[in-house]
Amino acid sequence: MNDLIRQSAATLAGAIARKEVSSEEVTRAHLERISQVDERVHAFLFVDPEASIARAREVDQQLAKGALSSPLAGVPIALKDLLATKGVPTTCGSRILEGWKPPYNATIVNKLHAAGVVSLGKTNMDEFAMGSSTEHSGYGPTHNPWDLERIPGGSGGGSAAAIASFESPLAIGTDTGGSIRQPAAVTGTVGVKPTYGGVSRYGIVALASSLDQAGPCARDVMDTALLHSVIAGHDPHDSTSINAPVPDFVAAALNADVRGMKIGVIKELQGEGFQSGVLQRFNQSLEILTELGAEIVEVSCPHFEYALGAYYLILPSEASSNLARFDGMRFGIRVDDGDDRSVEEVMSATREKGFGAEVKRRIMLGTYALSSGYYDAYYGQAQRIRTLITRDFVAAFSQVDVLVSPTSPTTAFKIGEKLDDPLAMYLNDIATIPVNLAGNCAMSLPIGLAPEDGLPVGLQIIAPAMADSLLYQVGSALESALIDRWGGLLISEAPSL
Amino acid sequence: MTDSAANGIDQDLVVHLGKLARLELTDLEVEHYTIQLEQILGAITSISEVAAADIPPTSHPIPLENVYREDIAVPGLLHEDFVPGAPSFEDDRFRVPRILGEST
Amino acid sequence: MTTEYNAVITEFDPIIGLETHIELGTKSKMFCSCSAQFGGEPNTFVCPVCLGMPGSMPVVNRVAVESTIRMGLALNCSIVPWCRFARKNYFYPDMPKNYQISQYDEPLCINGYLDVTVATENGPQVFRVEIERVHMEEDTGKLLHAGGAGRIHGATHSLVDYNRAGIPLIEVVTKPILGTGVLAPEVAKAYVAELRDLMRALGVSDVRMEEGSLRCDVNVSLSRPGEEWGTRTETKNVNSLRSVERAVRTEMIRQADRLRAGERIIQETRHFNEETGDTTSGRSKEQAEDYRYFPEPDLVPIAPSEAWIEELRGTLPEIPSVRRARLQIDWGISDFDMQSLVNAGALELIVASIDAGVQPAAARKWWTGELTRVANERHCELGDLTVNASDIFEIEGLISAGDLTDKMARSVFEGLLDGEGSVSQIVSQRGLVVVNDDASLIAAIATALADSPDIAEKIQGGKIAAAGSIVGAVMKATQGQADAAKVRTLLLEQLGVTE
Ligand SMILES: [Mg+2]
Ligand SMILES: [Zn+2]
Repeated sequence: MNDLIRQSAATLAGAIARKEVSSEEVTRAHLERISQVDERVHAFLFVDPEASIARAREVDQQLAKGALSSPLAGVPIALKDLLATKGVPTTCGSRILEGWKPPYNATIVNKLHAAGVVSLGKTNMDEFAMGSSTEHSGYGPTHNPWDLERIPGGSGGGSAAAIASFESPLAIGTDTGGSIRQPAAVTGTVGVKPTYGGVSRYGIVALASSLDQAGPCARDVMDTALLHSVIAGHDPHDSTSINAPVPDFVAAALNADVRGMKIGVIKELQGEGFQSGVLQRFNQSLEILTELGAEIVEVSCPHFEYALGAYYLILPSEASSNLARFDGMRFGIRVDDGDDRSVEEVMSATREKGFGAEVKRRIMLGTYALSSGYYDAYYGQAQRIRTLITRDFVAAFSQVDVLVSPTSPTTAFKIGEKLDDPLAMYLNDIATIPVNLAGNCAMSLPIGLAPEDGLPVGLQIIAPAMADSLLYQVGSALESALIDRWGGLLISEAPSL
Repeated sequence: MTDSAANGIDQDLVVHLGKLARLELTDLEVEHYTIQLEQILGAITSISEVAAADIPPTSHPIPLENVYREDIAVPGLLHEDFVPGAPSFEDDRFRVPRILGEST
Repeated sequence: MTTEYNAVITEFDPIIGLETHIELGTKSKMFCSCSAQFGGEPNTFVCPVCLGMPGSMPVVNRVAVESTIRMGLALNCSIVPWCRFARKNYFYPDMPKNYQISQYDEPLCINGYLDVTVATENGPQVFRVEIERVHMEEDTGKLLHAGGAGRIHGATHSLVDYNRAGIPLIEVVTKPILGTGVLAPEVAKAYVAELRDLMRALGVSDVRMEEGSLRCDVNVSLSRPGEEWGTRTETKNVNSLRSVERAVRTEMIRQADRLRAGERIIQETRHFNEETGDTTSGRSKEQAEDYRYFPEPDLVPIAPSEAWIEELRGTLPEIPSVRRARLQIDWGISDFDMQSLVNAGALELIVASIDAGVQPAAARKWWTGELTRVANERHCELGDLTVNASDIFEIEGLISAGDLTDKMARSVFEGLLDGEGSVSQIVSQRGLVVVNDDASLIAAIATALADSPDIAEKIQGGKIAAAGSIVGAVMKATQGQADAAKVRTLLLEQLGVTE
């Protein structure tokens, strides 16, 4: 098989299952690619080639014995570094966890292992998933394979860049306010934020517990459907996990048909603040969807304008509490220890040195929003706005089957461009955040390059909670129409590095 | 509609928040965070314009209730699982610096 | 000058309130499947969840919720139809996540009461203690302070064992208890004892106070009659019944001293010193932590259905006060006797002894007599004595077979308390044998009579009361191991006297 790194996960899995190629060969090819390009891309924080190859061999043996039947057996994957991996460094992109090896696996990691998916390593991210550019990693930024001077999105920039640079066919991301979708949009890849509760959060280091959701990243819709099927399902270790059968996402992706569907365009998520090339590609996609037989309807979600405000109160509040455990007492680094220092001083010094500026900024904001005297005006009000946003979605979905918007208002910006302007940075997630607040599901898929800068643009499809299948149905319909036009995936236009 | 006085952000509050959050902030950080918190809160205080007093808050995005596990004990971790990751461990216990404040 | 306790009451009305934390007796912890048993090598009942490892998540123990609902029902509370856990955020090294999962403004059980009985000069008096709330939370780890004589102050560092972290706690909070007057300390103690008995009766906890599984925070304030409520103090971590009583008493006296001197009471937490019985100043209201409570996003609401609540109501046992009334009638004893054996902490021990086969009167006699005396002497609770129901059954068996006298039985108890072994071992080791054969008793009587020749004449002359000195001499000669009644019978036979 030629050029193993450019194949889809589905193709690789099929070839491995038919013994046309071994998992070991596929894994080696990707490790080789990582060694060639990752110095420039910096998608990975940790790679252990020997362990990956050993695991691939194990999978090959299991396959030879017929002891493994899984649609992704033998295919490599990259894991965002906030998934707990037993005995494997897990830093969350933070210096405070430098060198820490968890004593347990995240449920997702166990599911991937059981499915014979082979881990290549851990990917870079904004520290504790706080950011939209991966510049806030404690270990240096990741570079966008389309233009190494640009950001790959965030917080899951490492996972998106690993896929876009053909270092891995699959990756796991997590999405609290857009951290799967926005990196997918700016790297020309596909990313899905599943319905809240659809994928276990156990073992995913929490940023904002009521918003976080892990999901699949890949180069095409079918691969995300396959990966989503492997990681989804009820987990008794996660009290917020939905106890219901997992829908057939792969069948939905095969049913690439939007005829008769009503697709809503969110009035509030276009126009001002959106780059013209982004809107241009978005409008072209609407035309394609119309040609495919869908009806485009404009809907209004009037409370979305408050989503960013609500989000930047809820997220820091929950995060300030979730990150309290990083105090240098039980795991991770400890700073300025010594018998003359009190525990209060050592905790404060450890957190001061171990956390980066963005993490501290959000901890301060959350501590403030939860403190007595401010709780009702901030956290309380944000939670009520969350209800209003959910009601906006309910009203919209009473008129249409799915909603669409540009995933991100702009294409990838230059590294360093918005680093000192947190507010400008926060605006990247304006279109993705409402979905997390309401707990429903969404996908971002590439819809072309912005004419003004030649960089990828993503379209977001939003479906009601538990209706993730619709994402795959609509996404694959749009994707195949685009492939027909382009003669292949958009990602094949990316520079070869 | 931004009422900067209402949010009470000043350097003293930032120092207090830093203590609450166990962050040993430098003077420069106190200065920065004072300005940035003020800016961020200023940008998002539009949410207070929304008349939502009668709207129930959403703390969980999905309406799950009554999720329990059965009361069955299983063996825990071994010391070898977590001691290598601990900053300081002594006499089978986590060693921590001296404690000045009282508990709840 | 320190005010005498009784003088406090002439001038002030006390208002007390109690917050009691009790560890539930579940098999596993509140939010993870680690063992909740007491002890264990340090840090062996731990997992990613109770060590607060990044990424770990809590899942609620069903039995802990059921125990709390049952406790709420037994305390005549309403069970709310919907409530949540909240996070209480503060940094402390015994708390792995640096927040405690607790309940805040949405407790599971609200508005109940518990009737407690206190003995007074005018007979037992019942006080209704109103319950504000019953909620669930998790315990913290255990700190060991190194250097500085094991105390937190002066320690060079501390060591943490997280075996206890995450053990389910039930917290029972009273409303302010008014109108107790001079009885405030007794009411506080009786309330905690009643709560303990209730937990035990429900089987939700065996309340091992010596292991620190029950901890009380005691609120006390004083006001002059007719005036507004005074400022309260909260004395933390009062861990035994006796301490609860003492803490209320000493805090009342301390506050009265200040108020009389024209000083203000500062709203603060105070610490109880088990050794001295004093309370010392802790954190003031101004220094109070800002806990930044918010609903725990990793857990979903608890919404007990009517059916579930009714099912749990069906499992409630006879509550202790009803049971006590029944036992009192069964045993045919007075209010006063019942109350004093309850106060002595003897009730359950007596019941257990009766269950083991001991006659009720004998069981009461031993526990309220000899054993209470020893417990007082040793400054411990009756339940802490190393004597159990089957020991008493065995001893009673020996007494009724004539193999042991009451006096010898006391010696056996002494041996048991000093850990000399089982009843039979102690009997043989201490050589406790009733001298029962007539021949040796007759010989001893003859010796005694020979020593006091005039006594035989007196008895034979009709002064039967004089027999006492001979019986005493025989008892002395046999080192108390003879049956005095039998000696007397034999003596009179020997002298040919009939009564
Ligand atoms: Mg409490
Ligand atoms: Zn545990």
